[in-house]
Amino acid sequence: MALATIDAAAKRGVSAVQEYALLSSRAVSDIFRRPFYTSDVFMQADIIGVGSLPIVILTGFFLGGVLALQSASTLNQFGAEAFTGQLVSFSMIKEIGPVVTALMVSGRNASGMASELGSMIVTEQIDAMRALGTDPLKKLVMPRILATVVMLFFLVILSDAVGILGGGFVSVSMLGQDATQYFNTSYQSLEFPDILQGLVKPIFFGFIIATIGCFYGMKTRGGTQGVGRSTTQAVVWSSILIIVTDFMISRTLIGIFGR
Amino acid sequence: MTQVGGNRVTPAPQASGAPSEPVVIFDDVSIAFEQKPVLENISFQVHPGEMRILLGPAGVGKSVLLKLTNGLLRPDSGRIFVFGKEISAMHEQDLFELRGAIGTVFQEGALFDSLTVRDNVAYRLSEEHLPEDEITARATEALRFVELEQTLDKFPSELSGGMRRRVAIARAIVTNPKLILYDSPTGGLDPITSTTIIELVMKQRDVSHTSSIVVTHRLQDAFVLAMHHFDRAQNKMVPLPPHQTDTNTTFLMLHQGRLVFDGTTAELIHSTDPFIREYIS
Repeated sequence: MALATIDAAAKRGVSAVQEYALLSSRAVSDIFRRPFYTSDVFMQADIIGVGSLPIVILTGFFLGGVLALQSASTLNQFGAEAFTGQLVSFSMIKEIGPVVTALMVSGRNASGMASELGSMIVTEQIDAMRALGTDPLKKLVMPRILATVVMLFFLVILSDAVGILGGGFVSVSMLGQDATQYFNTSYQSLEFPDILQGLVKPIFFGFIIATIGCFYGMKTRGGTQGVGRSTTQAVVWSSILIIVTDFMISRTLIGIFGR
Repeated sequence: MTQVGGNRVTPAPQASGAPSEPVVIFDDVSIAFEQKPVLENISFQVHPGEMRILLGPAGVGKSVLLKLTNGLLRPDSGRIFVFGKEISAMHEQDLFELRGAIGTVFQEGALFDSLTVRDNVAYRLSEEHLPEDEITARATEALRFVELEQTLDKFPSELSGGMRRRVAIARAIVTNPKLILYDSPTGGLDPITSTTIIELVMKQRDVSHTSSIVVTHRLQDAFVLAMHHFDRAQNKMVPLPPHQTDTNTTFLMLHQGRLVFDGTTAELIHSTDPFIREYIS
């Protein structure tokens, strides 16, 4: 009995991975097939990108601030407080900026996508769309993937910048450090591999957020309860995958560039 | 064209007068969900201008049969032809094109709740990138057909259940499809609203001569469709003379996943099959 349960669960898992891979690959290939839903892409970019601006700016600023606060107190023990700027910019650009921004956007948008598409599934709107001759993957999923990947890329850059500013504000106004020194160490210590790492990650994270959100939305079953379940699963799985992927990208790029 | 008694009459031929190809052919179609057979060995045809009323108890697979007809589901075995093309073997991308010529009215309307009535009705036209003026004109015309042209800028949530169903009919007919699939168009509606919807379905049959499959479990609706016709002069449905039925309206009945009846109204009424007798009594 237990074996049968494990067997069934394993089959469900493999089947879900297969469905996810199929949905993602078809939606990506739809980018290169006509018709291209330009207005839908812009609408999603507005919802995902512009809509996420306040939370990204707020979290970025305070994360930078708390990073400065924590690292300054540790560096102080070694008389190396001058390196606060370097530590903040390293952490923000390579790790905290991409990961926290992705997690915030995931909480806001993966859930939104799953609930919106899930509601459309349970009210037969997706079937109606197919019956009207429109491919829902092309009309609904592709614009969300494209918009999330592009907008998350810029949101992360913004979050990094605001985070470094936040760290600078705390360092200067609360820790009494020199502003020129803070920004000089922040900027001068950065090298190409650091920037690359910070810019590669949001591309993967954006893809994960949109595909997981859409995948759980499109496989919703069981009415309003099902929509709630899909929404939760979308946030949980996109968050897990973001952190796992972050580790894998970091490991790979550190392996290649040595930093 | 009407018939007296139970004689099956060949559906209305096309303008050329030559016998025409069936619009829909089901050839020994079966489908199962999670190893549970839902439809088994279903074979029937729909001819041009013909209305096939699909009867059967709830959960027997009537909606599944409709979804097979427009390719939303694929059969496990058997072949389905629509407009002469084997849709059961077609690629999903090609099906999207074909579905443009099929109108579907879903059970609960399935209107896009974030779009206005105008945008819902005009959805297909917008996808074809027609000029805005033409889109508005055609959407208004379709809404006038269902007598709802005043709701153009409303959202579906602002309409009653019956009105939403009428908008769904307008959305289905706006592209002048050659085939319309109605999935329980009167399900869950009060008798007066149901009659309005049935009148619209009949109007589409008798004015536009569109082929259709009507799924219903309401016998009253089915017999109203079979025993009335739409009078354009009076702009309402009127009963056919006694003992006459609409020749283009025929019946299919499903029972336990199998097609147990395929024939005319008279054949249905005079059937000796115990299940059919019990169902229509």
